[in-house]
Amino acid sequence: MTTLIERVASRFPDAVASSHAWRGDETVVLRREGLIEAARFVKEDPDLAMNFLMDLSAVDYSAFGKGPAPAFFSSSGVAVRPTPNIPDEDPWPGPPSSERFAVVYHFFSTTHKHRLRFVVPVGEDEPEVDSLVTLWPGANWLEREVWDLFGIRFKGHPDLRRILMYEEFEGHPLRKDYPVNKRQPLIGPVN
Amino acid sequence: MPEHASFLTSRLNEALGWARKYSIFQYPFVTACCGMEYMATACSHYDVDRFGAGFPRFSPRQADVLFVVGTISHKMAPVLKRIHDQMAEPKWVVAFGVCTCTGGFYDNYATVMGIDTILPVDVYIPGCPPRPEMVLDGLMKLQDKIHEEHRTGERPAPEERPETLDA
Repeated sequence: MTTLIERVASRFPDAVASSHAWRGDETVVLRREGLIEAARFVKEDPDLAMNFLMDLSAVDYSAFGKGPAPAFFSSSGVAVRPTPNIPDEDPWPGPPSSERFAVVYHFFSTTHKHRLRFVVPVGEDEPEVDSLVTLWPGANWLEREVWDLFGIRFKGHPDLRRILMYEEFEGHPLRKDYPVNKRQPLIGPVN
Repeated sequence: MPEHASFLTSRLNEALGWARKYSIFQYPFVTACCGMEYMATACSHYDVDRFGAGFPRFSPRQADVLFVVGTISHKMAPVLKRIHDQMAEPKWVVAFGVCTCTGGFYDNYATVMGIDTILPVDVYIPGCPPRPEMVLDGLMKLQDKIHEEHRTGERPAPEERPETLDA
């Protein structure tokens, strides 16, 4: 029984940049040129049959590792990072690449009951990946959300508008360089 | 006009105020978890009907009091303002829960920091969420204000905004 990672990697050796199965979650880091073909493969191949796009999100790694862990987590009793007292035999593999953003896809197969994660690193200069709306219609609103909050465009999306913020909103609030105290007046005084 | 007639008029006005404060038609603008507390207040255990406010109208044109229950985001703000504009005078606004009073624990790009930045607020009910006793207390305050308006002929000034704690 080959793993899901091996099947994707053997089919698309050029597109797969790296992979890991940290804590049991099989993850493939893909170059963005190969995303749409690999996604079509995992959806249409009968042995994978990923007919359900569970989640589509993004990460901004621009502030990653540059500051201490937020006080909320360090004082909450939750282990923020492995302590030397408890050696971590399976350490986190780290950010997928040196690029600023990563678009993350979670697929699930309702026939085989298995999951797979795609991570597509996206650079700051040209934040654009291919849209998966043609494969999973449910990607439509998820991609709009990523565009709205991270400013990553999806090539081929039928209707790439903001979905959570209003049209007049300037910027993308979940980018790490969006000022945390910035307020944009809509109506009424600035608050 | 003879003196006793004007006396009668003012008493009539006060009676009108008495009638009006015990027949509040409310418009619940419920957006968040405070709604559960609103429902608890409205149901039989706390029984908001004892105060004559047990009749929610789901059309702003038929309502007297706008209950803003829950967090208001910037995207929701124009809708809320429009609802308020659609209500016929006389109308009152109750900010229900700390999010509507000051923004509460939200301090981010999406949340309106208190609905008094867009609407005149008559009664603030802080709490996260407020207990039904506090809601009833706020309702009674509102009734006092309604009665006061009919007694004096002037609308009582809006309440002071509750102070926010600087972290």
